[in-house]
Amino acid sequence: MDESGLSRRHLLQTGAAAFGGAGLGWSVGTLVESEQQLVSPGATAADRTFGAETIAFAGLHQAGVTTSPTTHLSLLGLDLDAGVHRAGLARLMLLWSDDARRLTTGQPALADEDIELAELPARLTVTFGFGPRVVSDLLPAGHGLALAPLPPFRTDRLTNEWGQTDLVVQVCSDDPVALAHGRRVLLKDGRGFAKLRWTQDGFRRSRRAEPDGSTTRNLMGQVDGTVNPSASEANDLVWLSPDDSVRGAGGTFLAVRRIRMHLDKWDRVSRAGKEFTIGRRLDNGAPLTGAEEHDEPDLNATDEHGFPVIDPASHIHRARSKNHAERFLRRAYNYVVPDPGLPAGEDSGLIFLAFARDLTAQFVPIQARLAEQDLLNQWTSAVGSAVYLIPPGVGQTTADAGDFVGSRLLTRA
Amino acid sequence: MHIRRALIPAAAVLTAAALVSSCGSDSTGATKDPTSSAPDQASAVALKDGWVKAARTGMTAAFGALTNDSDQEVTIASATSDITGSMELHETVETSDGSMAMQPKKGGFVLAPHGTHTLEPGGDHLMIMDLNQALKPGQTVTITLTMADGSTTDVTATVKRFSGADEHYQNGDPGDDGGDMDMNDMDMGDG
Repeated sequence: MDESGLSRRHLLQTGAAAFGGAGLGWSVGTLVESEQQLVSPGATAADRTFGAETIAFAGLHQAGVTTSPTTHLSLLGLDLDAGVHRAGLARLMLLWSDDARRLTTGQPALADEDIELAELPARLTVTFGFGPRVVSDLLPAGHGLALAPLPPFRTDRLTNEWGQTDLVVQVCSDDPVALAHGRRVLLKDGRGFAKLRWTQDGFRRSRRAEPDGSTTRNLMGQVDGTVNPSASEANDLVWLSPDDSVRGAGGTFLAVRRIRMHLDKWDRVSRAGKEFTIGRRLDNGAPLTGAEEHDEPDLNATDEHGFPVIDPASHIHRARSKNHAERFLRRAYNYVVPDPGLPAGEDSGLIFLAFARDLTAQFVPIQARLAEQDLLNQWTSAVGSAVYLIPPGVGQTTADAGDFVGSRLLTRA
Repeated sequence: MHIRRALIPAAAVLTAAALVSSCGSDSTGATKDPTSSAPDQASAVALKDGWVKAARTGMTAAFGALTNDSDQEVTIASATSDITGSMELHETVETSDGSMAMQPKKGGFVLAPHGTHTLEPGGDHLMIMDLNQALKPGQTVTITLTMADGSTTDVTATVKRFSGADEHYQNGDPGDDGGDMDMNDMDMGDG
C-alpha cells in the first residue's frame, strides 16, 4: 500500500471514530477492528505505544501472579522496624495499596508531586507478600495458614544478603521509568515502617521483541518456563481456596530463589552438552525427543546404542514428577549485577519466582529432587531464598480505608 | 493511532464521573432544614484524594480536591475534626516583600457549580492549628465541613508523610520539615 492510500484510509477511519465517539452505537470491537486494519507494513511502529496500557489492581487475586510477565521486575525485600506490629502493618498496607491502586492506573500517588512520572504505567503491577514472621506473629490467629521456611537443599549457597525478609513487594512493568517511579513511591511510603534489605532487579525480553505468550530465554540460553500451569489449572495449583483459609482465599504462596549462573564454566560446555544437560534443544526449546517446544518429552526413548535420549539426570527429567499435583507457577526473571570483582565483571542468574497454593506439597518435592541430582547443578547455585504469603486482592477499584491488601488477614473478624 | 487516542478522553471522563458520583453523597443530613425544599449545600460536596500531612504535634494541613456536584454555587464556611480544637480555611498569598504567607480565607472556599476547588501545598488548604494527637502515616482522619447554609458533611483524608513544596509552618511543629531524621523518629508502633 502506498503512503497516500494509507493516510486517506486513516483519515476516513479517524473521522468515523470521532463520529462514533459522539454517539452510543459504536462498539469498541468495531474500533479495534479498524485499528487492526491499519496495521500494515506501511504503519510505523511508533504508533503502537504501550505506555498507557494497564493491568487491573483490584480483583479476587492480586495482579502480578498469573499476569503475563512484563519486561522488568523490581523485587523488594523489607524488614519491619522494631515496634511496628499489627496496627502499624495495617497502616502501611493501606498506604501501599492506595499507592498501587493509583499508580497502576496512571494516576499519581496521593501527595506525590511528580505527577508526570505516573502517566505511563506500561502494565505496572504491584504485588505484596508477608514473610513467615508476619504470618506467625502479626496476623490474628485463626487464619489457618502456615508458612514454613524452605528446608535446606544440598545445592544451597545461601547468603544473608538475599535472605528471608518480613515483607516482599514485587513491582513489574514494561517500562523502566514507570518501574523506578513506582518503586520510589513505595519505598518513600515504607519509611518509618520498614527498612529495605534487598532489591532484586530482573528483566525478560523487551515488549514486542517476540510475540506475546512466547516462553522467555534465560541467560544460559535456554528457553525457560515451558511447563507452566494453564489459567484453568491455576485454580487448583495456585490460588488458596476458602477450604484452605477463609481469610486467605484468593491468595497464594511465593518462593523466591536467587540462582546464580556460573556462565564462565557454562561457556566451556559444547552445544550438545548443554542440550544434554537440560534435555531440550537450545534453538526452540523442544525436548530432545520432539520437534516443537510444547511436545511432550518421551522419557523412555533410547538412541541407537540403547542410551536414553533424555538423560535420567537431565534437568527436565529430574524436574518432572509422576505426581501431577507437584506442579506450580513459574514466573522467572533474569538478573545481571555489575561485579568488577568477578572474572566476568558481572554476576548473572535467575530470579526464580514460584507461586503455589502449598509450597511444601508442590514446590519442595521438586526442588529436593533437583538438589539431589540435576546435571544443571554444576553450573548453578542458589544464593538467596525466601518464602511469602501473598494475600488475596482488594475488592474495590476506588479507595476505601477498610479495603487494602491484607485487610482481611490483619483485621480480626 | 488517532482512533485509539480518540477513545481515551471519553473513557477518562466516564471514570471521573463515576468517582465523583460514588463519593458525592455522604452528607450527614443532620442539619438539614426540614422546611426547605432545596437540597442542602453539603449534600453536593465531597473531598476527593484527601490527605493530611503527618505530624506529631502542633500544626499541619489537609489537602485534596473539593468537588461540588450541584447546579448551585456552594460555600464551605468552616471545618472541624476530632484531631484538633481549631481548624481554619487558609489561602497562600504573596506579601509586600515577595514572600508567601498563609492567612484565613475571607468568605470561605467558594465552589462553582460542578466545580472543583483544589487544596494543595503552597495553595489553599485546611489548616489544622493544634493537634491533640499524633497523626501517623496511614491513619484515616475524618473532617466535618460546614457550608454557608449550615449543612455539614463528613469527608475522610489519609495521613501521608510529605516533605515537598517547601512547606514550613511556624510555631516549631517538629514534624513540619518532614526530613527523614525527623520522621524516622516517629513511632509507627501500635501504641
